[in-house]
Amino acid sequence: MNTHLLLEMAAQEGVGRIAVGSLRDGHSYADLLSASKSVADWIEELGVENVIYAGLNAPEFPVALFASAIAGKPFAPLNYRLPDADLRKLVERVTPCAAILDDDIAVRIGALSGMKVIRKADLLAKAEKRPAAEAVDETAENVAVLLFTSGTTGEPKAAMLRHRHLVSYVISTLDFMGAEEEEATLISVPPYHIAGISAVLTSVYSGRRMVQLGAFSPQDWVELAAKEKVTHAMMVPTMLGRVLDILEARGETLPHLRHLSYGGGRMPVSVIRRALALLPHVNFVNAYGLTETSSTISVLTPDDHRDALAAGTPDARARLGSVGQPLPTLELEIRDSEGNHVGAGEIGEVWVRGEQVSGEYVGGSALREDGWFPTKDHGYLDAAGYLFIEGRLDDVIVRGGENISPGEIEDVLRDHQAVADVAVVGLPDEEWGERIVAVIVPEGEPSKDELKALVRGRLRSTRVPEDIIFRAELPYNETGKLLRRILKAELSHVS
Amino acid sequence: MKLTPGSRWKSAVCDAEVVAVRTPAGDVVLACGGVPMIPVKDARPDMPQLQSAQENAALLGKRYADEASGLELLCNKSGKGALTLDDRALTLKEAKKLPSSD
Repeated sequence: MNTHLLLEMAAQEGVGRIAVGSLRDGHSYADLLSASKSVADWIEELGVENVIYAGLNAPEFPVALFASAIAGKPFAPLNYRLPDADLRKLVERVTPCAAILDDDIAVRIGALSGMKVIRKADLLAKAEKRPAAEAVDETAENVAVLLFTSGTTGEPKAAMLRHRHLVSYVISTLDFMGAEEEEATLISVPPYHIAGISAVLTSVYSGRRMVQLGAFSPQDWVELAAKEKVTHAMMVPTMLGRVLDILEARGETLPHLRHLSYGGGRMPVSVIRRALALLPHVNFVNAYGLTETSSTISVLTPDDHRDALAAGTPDARARLGSVGQPLPTLELEIRDSEGNHVGAGEIGEVWVRGEQVSGEYVGGSALREDGWFPTKDHGYLDAAGYLFIEGRLDDVIVRGGENISPGEIEDVLRDHQAVADVAVVGLPDEEWGERIVAVIVPEGEPSKDELKALVRGRLRSTRVPEDIIFRAELPYNETGKLLRRILKAELSHVS
Repeated sequence: MKLTPGSRWKSAVCDAEVVAVRTPAGDVVLACGGVPMIPVKDARPDMPQLQSAQENAALLGKRYADEASGLELLCNKSGKGALTLDDRALTLKEAKKLPSSD
């Protein structure tokens, strides 16, 4: 079953609902389907292998996604924020391709042989003039989406999600047309992020109107949310803090908002606490997943949030910093470096198995023969089965033969009043292999000794940073992921 | 007939269409309204169509399962007929609903 069938079903049943845009002039599911079929006709005529989309989120994005599915071609939304040369290299890897581009992106990429461009702004108008294509013979094995993941070393890897991965995730976790008619979701995550793809598929299948914010600013987000009376929203953690600032400044409580889910990076507990206090009528969901797992594999539900906030024991309260419990449609376990299953409370690598898990890349698969996939995330399950993610395996500091997770130390340091932000990395050390270095964005003038004592007191002496460095800011990407390797590279260079 | 995951079938006696999500091995009879279903791309045979909806008629968006064989289907078009596998009535399968996360 291909993803376009999700839209066909929505077009049959979702009559009277708006699929994307405002209530006044948005597109219906039937409109979306008809446009997708016509764009598919254009794609087929071009005789390309792939379809790329490089530009801000817009109604053309779901059209391009479904058109690619109908034409049977992989769809690759690209990170338009990359430097020009890097962006061009990605395009070259997927030529011959049909390219749906924003004008400024088209200028930056320039002409490339094997790339056939259509301006995103022209897409829907041109589609109107074309006939509708029939969907190609379906096979759920076809690659639906190619997403380039940022590699820690070398070239980005192209993660491949087949139709069956995406479809099984959608139909086994959602009720078809389960959204109430007035529901609308504000999508502000970029189209080249797995969450941007799954937001389209789940919104369409549920019948929930998509409201798109192409370029994020917290002011625009708040205004659009209020104007469109959005009931649902999905964002990355760095966006939430900034939105809360605006809400507080304006005294806006977004009374229509019912549901806010966040993911794609670590959410500081202080931010989510603040959100729970400022928006008590909102259900919060923390969704953890990877590109390779077709998005969400573990969820901290609204009740989990409330229970943790009100809990009596430290263990239960700590769950506010967890990513909740794995989806019932999956198996998830923690394994040590030898591949042995470890028990509750023990830190190791997160492994997962299930129908939505791909683990495949162009050029190879990380999926084991028995279907298990190593996520390269470091974490543990507590006694009640709640998953805590410490960080990437690659970020683990190995000091004197001990594995140390930077996240643990960062959480402690972040608690200090004079610490606005912190990143802990390992730098090469002749004696210990690696030494612990804390890079702190201060608020005031914290004393290094005081900070070290804080860590010593709360964790243990082997966790105390040997060096503390103060910086004005830390490097993040636009979806809020801390770029540790950039920090490490800068610091290694200096020292 | 042999059912494969992702294969699409339509009723011979009404409008119902389904997609096979999980399939049993071997030869089975997937029927709608008592008549074996046909591949969606095949021409519909000349047969009297169901006049009124049966109990448990196939509904768009619902998932149907047969515990004995492990079959799971998604109905992508409603119809008057009810679904059976080897004459066993299929049961409705609930989605393992989660709070929306995307």
